Amino acid sequence: MNLLKKYLGLLWIVLALFIGYFGFTIFGYPKLVAGKQDDLVFGIIIVFILLPIIVGGLLIFGKYAWEQEYEITDDEQDHAHYKP
Amino acid sequence: MLDILGQIIKTTTHKRPSVNMSKKKNPLVGVIGASSVGTMIEWYDFYIFGSLATIISTKFFPAGNPTAAFLSTLATFAAGFVVRPFGALFFGRLGDLIGRKYTFMVTLLLMGGATFLIGCIPSYETIGFMAPLLVLLLRLLQGLALGGEYGGAATYVAEHSPPEKRGFMTAWIQTTATAGLFISLLVIMGTRGLMSTEDFNDWGWRVPFWVSILMVLVSYLIRKNMEESPVFAKVKSSGKTSTNPLKESFGNKLNFKFVLLALFGAVMGQGVIWYTGQFYAMSFMEKTMGVEKMQVDNLMFIALILGTPFFLFFGWLSDKVGRKWIMMAGMLIAILAYRPIYEKMYQTTNVAHKTETGVVAAADGKKNNKNGIDSIYTLKKQYADGTVLSQVTTVSYNGNIKKEAVVKTTVSINQSDKWTLIWLVFIQVIFVTMVYGPIAAFLVELFPTRIRYTSMSLPYHIGNGVFGGLLPAVATYLASNAQKTGNPQWYLQGLWYPIAVAGICLVIGVIYINGKDKQVDD
Repeated sequence: MNLLKKYLGLLWIVLALFIGYFGFTIFGYPKLVAGKQDDLVFGIIIVFILLPIIVGGLLIFGKYAWEQEYEITDDEQDHAHYKP
Repeated sequence: MLDILGQIIKTTTHKRPSVNMSKKKNPLVGVIGASSVGTMIEWYDFYIFGSLATIISTKFFPAGNPTAAFLSTLATFAAGFVVRPFGALFFGRLGDLIGRKYTFMVTLLLMGGATFLIGCIPSYETIGFMAPLLVLLLRLLQGLALGGEYGGAATYVAEHSPPEKRGFMTAWIQTTATAGLFISLLVIMGTRGLMSTEDFNDWGWRVPFWVSILMVLVSYLIRKNMEESPVFAKVKSSGKTSTNPLKESFGNKLNFKFVLLALFGAVMGQGVIWYTGQFYAMSFMEKTMGVEKMQVDNLMFIALILGTPFFLFFGWLSDKVGRKWIMMAGMLIAILAYRPIYEKMYQTTNVAHKTETGVVAAADGKKNNKNGIDSIYTLKKQYADGTVLSQVTTVSYNGNIKKEAVVKTTVSINQSDKWTLIWLVFIQVIFVTMVYGPIAAFLVELFPTRIRYTSMSLPYHIGNGVFGGLLPAVATYLASNAQKTGNPQWYLQGLWYPIAVAGICLVIGVIYINGKDKQVDD
């Protein structure tokens, strides 16, 4: 399971880049250049707030997974310890 | 500034002796009651703005005025998406520095004060641009307060609860979002019932905002006499509170990795399932299926009332079998069931499958004054099962070419279809209760006491505000795009967003979350 967690980290990194690209090209940029004020506000929120949170968060999560930060070192019935 | 605020709160709340919880017969009832009522009032405050948005826009954001429209858009998006996470950071930090009780009393007063003041602002006609500007500022304060409230209430209840009942007790907090929606609808309906439509549109819409201050004061008085969380009090008395909760929560990899795990492995899936069951279902019936607004409100109301006790059930069950697998099961079943459920919903009112018995009424509306030819009329068709379809049609002429367009279609459903839809929404509410019921206990148990308020509040509000809040925009884009390309099942395409987000969350949750830690005094 720890090995699966590690290699899936690469998938989360790729997914973050995928979301970043399509989020910007489909939802972000078209709204910014739509010329309507409602769309402009929404576009600004998408590009400068939501996408950085989602993409940045998923990239870091993937990086941590790849670095085996989520490795369980001690898995017992009542408790478990992640890598310190 | 925070130090001054803390001192003020301490001074005011220490003027009267606090009730000794241990002397009470069942102190946990008081803890749960005081926390839940306050949180419910905050949700009430947040929802009445949305429920009265149409009237508010006519009073403060006049149509055709670009600056007012800009402020209106900001008030809509910023309070829901942007400010809530900032509220989580600001009040989370405060809660970890000076205490849970003091902080969630500030959020309560802030929310109540902002709501009351929205009801007092003179209209755009009276004070011009100051009106929409003030509404925007107060709406942002509402978002900020909401961002701080939930984490405080959940942490406060969890830190009072014994480990074997923590899921059940924090589940009371989880019912408050739905209960707040009920109360807001009840107060608005009650106010409407007490006066004429003209009076309500003129000044009566302000009453639900004013009512808030009474509810907040009652809740404040109840909360004021509660004691600080024993777990936090112990940490504080031993001098082990955090000096910089933001840095410890998000600048320290050992904790930040769990913030990310909470967000991507639990809360983002919960956020989209919550929005799908409580709001997307409502919007789908109203806009895609064309069911009458009153009927939609009515059946949503029944489905939510029937479903709400299950928050407590799944909270209780999470104490027996663990939080993780209930939340994951909720996500899995929702992912598999959404498309069949929405297909059944759509087909339930689809008049293409019903037998038409005749035209009930065809009334000419008004004729266009310009040429006396263009017109708008409503056609009502009756079906064998009792369904009535109303179509508002416009007819216009361009020279000799007649152009007809159906501008609005509304379906009045029969009793049988109504109960079918209630059942289908109820199932979705059950998914909501599975993922949302145990999540407060799960989040609380994931983080240590000294930075718990900060660490759990941010992923919760990003998961719900960002991932959940994006649902209407993304789902509408997917559905309208599919409709343009001629996809026969275009009405189901919006569901790919919650299915995809919940799917990713499910994989991350199943593989990465361990879920065995039930310690909160660490």
